[in-house]
Order: sequence, then C-alpha cells, then structure tokens
Amino acid sequence: MRTVYLDNSATTMPCKEAVNKINRCLTENWGNPSSSYYLGIEAMEEVQWARKTIARHIGVNENEIFFTSCGSEANNLALFGTANAKKKTGKKIVSTTIEHPSVLEALNKLGEDGFEIVLLSPDKNGVVPDEAFINAIDKNTILVSVMLVNNEIGSIQNIKRVSEIIKQKGSPALLHCDAVQGFGKIPIRVSSLGVDLLSASGHKIHASKGIGFLYKSAKVHITPLIFGGGQENGLRSGTECVPLIAGMGAAVDALPDLKEQLSKWEELNAYAKVRLSEIECIKFNSPENAIPCILNISVDGYKSEPMLNALSSKNIFISKGSACSKGHRSYVLKEIGVNASLIDSALRISFSRETTKEDIDSLAEAIREITSKMRRFK
Amino acid sequence: MKEIILIKNGELVLKGLNRNTFESMLVKTIRRRLHDLGKVSIKHAQSTIYIEPVDDDFDFEEACDRVKKIFGIAAFSRCAALNKDMDEILSVVADYVRPALSNAKTFKVIAKRSDKAFPLGSPEISREVGGKILSAMPYLKVDVHNPDIIVSVEIRDYAAYIHAGQIQGAGGLPVGTGGKATVLISGGIDSPVAAYRMAKRGLILNAVHFASPPYTGPLAEKKVKTLLSKVAAYSGDIRLAIVPFTEIQEAIADNCKEEYFTLIMRRMMMRIAERLAISSGSKALITGESLGQVASQTLPALAVTDIVTKEIPVLRPLIGMDKEEIISISRKIDAFETSILPYEDCCTVFTPKHPRTRPTIEDCEQVESVFDFEPLIEKAINDAVYSRITKDGEAN
Repeated sequence: MRTVYLDNSATTMPCKEAVNKINRCLTENWGNPSSSYYLGIEAMEEVQWARKTIARHIGVNENEIFFTSCGSEANNLALFGTANAKKKTGKKIVSTTIEHPSVLEALNKLGEDGFEIVLLSPDKNGVVPDEAFINAIDKNTILVSVMLVNNEIGSIQNIKRVSEIIKQKGSPALLHCDAVQGFGKIPIRVSSLGVDLLSASGHKIHASKGIGFLYKSAKVHITPLIFGGGQENGLRSGTECVPLIAGMGAAVDALPDLKEQLSKWEELNAYAKVRLSEIECIKFNSPENAIPCILNISVDGYKSEPMLNALSSKNIFISKGSACSKGHRSYVLKEIGVNASLIDSALRISFSRETTKEDIDSLAEAIREITSKMRRFK
Repeated sequence: MKEIILIKNGELVLKGLNRNTFESMLVKTIRRRLHDLGKVSIKHAQSTIYIEPVDDDFDFEEACDRVKKIFGIAAFSRCAALNKDMDEILSVVADYVRPALSNAKTFKVIAKRSDKAFPLGSPEISREVGGKILSAMPYLKVDVHNPDIIVSVEIRDYAAYIHAGQIQGAGGLPVGTGGKATVLISGGIDSPVAAYRMAKRGLILNAVHFASPPYTGPLAEKKVKTLLSKVAAYSGDIRLAIVPFTEIQEAIADNCKEEYFTLIMRRMMMRIAERLAISSGSKALITGESLGQVASQTLPALAVTDIVTKEIPVLRPLIGMDKEEIISISRKIDAFETSILPYEDCCTVFTPKHPRTRPTIEDCEQVESVFDFEPLIEKAINDAVYSRITKDGEAN
C-alpha cells in the first residue's frame, strides 16, 4: 500500500542531503569542535559551514545564529532571555492568543514571575489586527513575540508591520518571531521583517529532530538559559550537536527556490480544495491568506480521531486539526470563531515539496469512502 | 544488618476451615511476585510468613512495594533480623527505628519472647531497649497508653526481630481463592477499578476488550493493555482477548433503530463476553457499570443487558459508587492518568444522539430480531486476538 504522508507540519522526512551529512559527522567528523587538533577542527568547520549556510538563507551575519536543541528551546531562550535582560526597563510583554504552546506556556510562567502578559486575539482570518498592536505596545513593553505562520491553520502575521508599530510607539521592545512553521517555506529576510529574534526548527524542513536555532541580532543582548562551557558565544553552552547542526545546514542548502515552491503549493492547495469540496460535509478552516502548505478542514459530523485512525489504516497520515486532548478543544480554531462541533472534527493537512496531486487524490477518495461507511452511524 | 518482611497470621484475612488453603495460596503468590528480585527464602512457621533475602543484591525496597500489592495481606512489618544477643540488639535498635520515630513525640516498646531460653524476660528487654532509644533521641517521651509509635522486639526461634510500626497491606483475599472471572474493559476510568475490586476478593482475572478497527487505533489498544498492567500489579497476570467489533456495530447501525444502538451493542458485548468467559473457565463477568452514570446504566438499561447472560452472574462492584469514589481508587492503583488519555474507544466512536434510557426487554428483542447477528458473533469470537498482560505490560 502506498504511503501518503500529509502531516509535514508535524515533521518532515529527513532529506538525503541531511542524512548523509549526519552520517558523516557521526562516522568521520566526530570530534569535539572545541578541540584544537584536526579532528576537532573538522567538526568545527562542519558547524561553521551550517551556521553560514543558514545565516545566508535569512540574510544575517553568521555570528547571529545560535543553535539550540529544538524550536521550543529557541522560543524559551528568546522569551526568558529577553525578560531577564530587560526586566529593569519594563514588565510588559505583548503576544498573541494563537502562539505555539512553547511560547504561551513560557509567557504563562513569566506572568507568574511578575511580568504583565498581554495576549492579542486574531480576527476570523487568524491575523491579529494592527490596531490591537498599536493599542497594546507602549514604552513599558520590553518584548513583542509574534509567530510568523500559525501551526494549526497556517495564517500569516504581518511581522514587518509589527516592527514598524514598535518603532512608531517609541517602545524599547524587542521583537521576537516564532518562525518554526515559516522558515524554509516562505522567503525570510530578517532585515525586512525587522525582528531582533527569530526561532526555527530543523525537522520541519527535512533535517533531523533535535535541532533548531535562534537568530539574535548582534545589536541586542539577552541572557542564556544554559550556562557552562561558553559554546555558541556564551548564549547556549553545551557541546555542539555537530551531526544535527551540520544536517540542518545541509537541509537548508538543499531547499528549493521558495517562491517556486510556494506557487507549486498554491496549485496543490487549490486542487485539494476542489477535490475535497466534492465531499459534501467538508468545511475549510484555514483562512484565505494562509500559507498554502497548511490546510485545516473539518469533516462535519465525523470526529477527528476515528477519521484519523481509518485514514491511517489506509496508510494515509494527517493530523488532528487540534493537537489537543478531550475537553480541551483547539484554542486556535476557537479564537478564529470555529464552532465546537467543527473543532471536534478538524483535520490538518500539510504538504512538503514531495507532495503530489496523487497524494491529494488518495486523501480525498479515502475521506469520501470513510464518510460513506461511517455515515450510517450519524 | 539484614532486613526481612514478617507477615503474621493475625494479619491475614482468615476463613475458618479454608485457612490452610488460603495460606498456601498466599505463599505461592508471594513467591511468584518476588522471584525476579533475587534469591529469597520464604518460610511459613510459628503462624508467620518470613520473607528473608538470601542474596545481598536482593531489591528489598521493591519487594516491600510488591508485598503491599498482594491481596490477602492486611498488614506486614519490615524488620531488622538480628542474632539473639542483647548487646547486638541494643547497638542497632536506635539507628534502625530512628526514621520511623522522626515525626513522633511518644513511643513505647513491646517485647515478646517466644524463645524462653533467652536470658532476659520481656519487661527487662522493653526497659533496656526503651532506655537506649531515649538516650539516642532524648526529645521523645514514653507513653505506654497511647504512643505515636510502637517499637516491637521479638525474640523468636530463628532470630531476634525489631520493627517500628506496621505497614498497611492491600487487604482482600489471596488471588485465586475465589476462582476466575472475566472483566469487560473499555479504556475508561471504571472498568480497571472494577477489575481491581474483584481481584481483591480473590479472583483471577481474564479480560475482554472490544475494538472497532479502523475507527479505533493501536493507541487505544495500547491504553487498555497499560490499564490492565496496572491492575496486574495487584491481581497477577491477566489474559486479554481483543474482539474485533466493527462488523457487528455496522450491522446494528444498518438494521436497528438509532436510539437502541448503544443498548443492542452492549447486549452483543455481553453475549460475546459470556461465551469467551465460559470457554476460559471464568465463573462470572465483571463490568464497571455504576447506576445512573450514563444512559446505558439506568436500571431498565441494566435489565436489558443483564438478561442476555444466561449461565454466569455479572458482577458490578461499582454499581453503588460515586464517580469521586471510583476516581480515588483509580488514582490509588495508578490507572487514572492512563484512563483519561483521549483515545476514542468502540463505545465513543459512534453514539446515538438520543439514546433510549427506559428500554424494555421486549423492545430490544424486537429491534434485534430483524437481523441474524449469530454468524457475526461467532466470527468476532473466532477472530479474537489473545495476549497475556503482566505488571510490566504485554508479555511476549
């Protein structure tokens, strides 16, 4: 049975470039990059190559890339690191209600520690309106954290506009962007986004799990979470995970032209909407402006989990539209006004560069077959 | 210094003439539960079960944890086993009982001397040991009437034993003394608790789980196995049958009125469970039903599901319990966190919008009569998949 993997926002299959690189760093260049003999130097060169490759990809200086163990760590480092470094300047942190849990839970903790956390709600398209930022950001604000692409519905925030608002309001706030779902998918130039901090993860772009990075502008100072041997310029101690860092570099190096890729995804997205619309009970939850590789739908009247199980028995893998447990419905879908029964039946389809129309056909046909079988239970 | 576990007969739950059978079953269970922890000697003498490590690397803490989960033991003592020598006893006693006395204000010493050859009498032993403890922990006071902690010194045939207080056991009756029964397990909070409660009355457990592939997934089955492994820590190994149930559900949905879906489904489950139970030697079914909890657990609903089992009784240990009481037992046996994992099971995948709460037996029989379910029931039973669940999970 053919495998149809349409859960690329959960993770992606590592590309052969990344796998080869990781393999080489485990079998040949396995030295400690801090060692001064050639085995160590070779390992250091792998790390530096990856750093340079990634820096070039987002248009920053290589000494502004700090490797972490994952996107969540990068988010935590950005938030706690900024809060700690700027706590004497102010206490207010502005973010949105639809951030990833690694931001929301960190903010929750900062709230307990005495910071004032202001979370802004999106409109029905999953975008936080400018006015909300204008009203919330002030001179007491030390940090604004806004995700680039939402992980459940794919809505894209106007980060550049937020950075302009911070300047207009004369706020000392740093701007952090959780770009885990956008990095390697939409073109990112840090200078034009105007962010001070940006998080990304390797396994969403065909690198391995266990690797991410934080971009931190050389102009700003934040404090570390992990202290030790002073690696990553003192911001993230711990022996560098050379294989996964180099693997992430290789994955970035192997990225296709993102504009071309986006237009391919737009075509696939449109095709998927046509095919899925043929099934009568399907509703689309992703807004129009969403990144085309994420499509959140509800199969009205059919609970997510039995649907996922039935799809998985056909080797088709997608995820629940809300990665939440019983009784805790997706806060993102709730925020954009999706009703409870549609949330319970929400599914997230997410493409990679390998996704084809045949994959979409298989998915649409499988959903149609499952709904016609399950219908009698309604 | 060597530590041992003493289980005195006074602490066993006794059953008149059955006492010998019960005790030998209990010793067998203890032996089985501890055998992988290292070499251990288990003796039964002087109305006491002695659990005595032989190897130095015997995991004594784990053994105490396991003994706490063996039904039939109301309480036990964890003791220092010493030579029958007063100097040795006095040199060890203060340090050994110190942790137990750390939160106490008062104590007393009770000495028992079944070995009458021992040179000191019980009052002298008590006095000397008490004096030793007082000089080591001068903030304590002796209270012979209502002490916080009782320190016992026992001079027995094999050795001298010191302990400070009893540890509460699992209570109940030794597993196996009541025969075997089959529990219907769903994956919710109630059925593992029901299984635990009946194992506590001395039953060996089998289990039946109904799965609805492809709508229920492997995670739901894994959850059921994890839940049973929590129960197995008390009951011993459980034989699990997973019955594929989708075709029957589809046939019910296709042929029966929607409002009867859940009731007819439960009647089918009871029929299948009874046949599986009888063929495996079970003498009863066990369910986690609690009166009025959901529409299918009203008295009329219980009546229509109860009537389909013809040969063996259905035990419903939770029938009169509140959800809170059930949850507190679920937490105690460490099942709760698993029970609330959000996987759909065969009962929750398809639920009618307005289930019947006052069904009659005649109605159900009439609704069922339009379709011959027998071939599907037989097929489901034949296609059941079996596994053995131990306290560590599924056995290979």
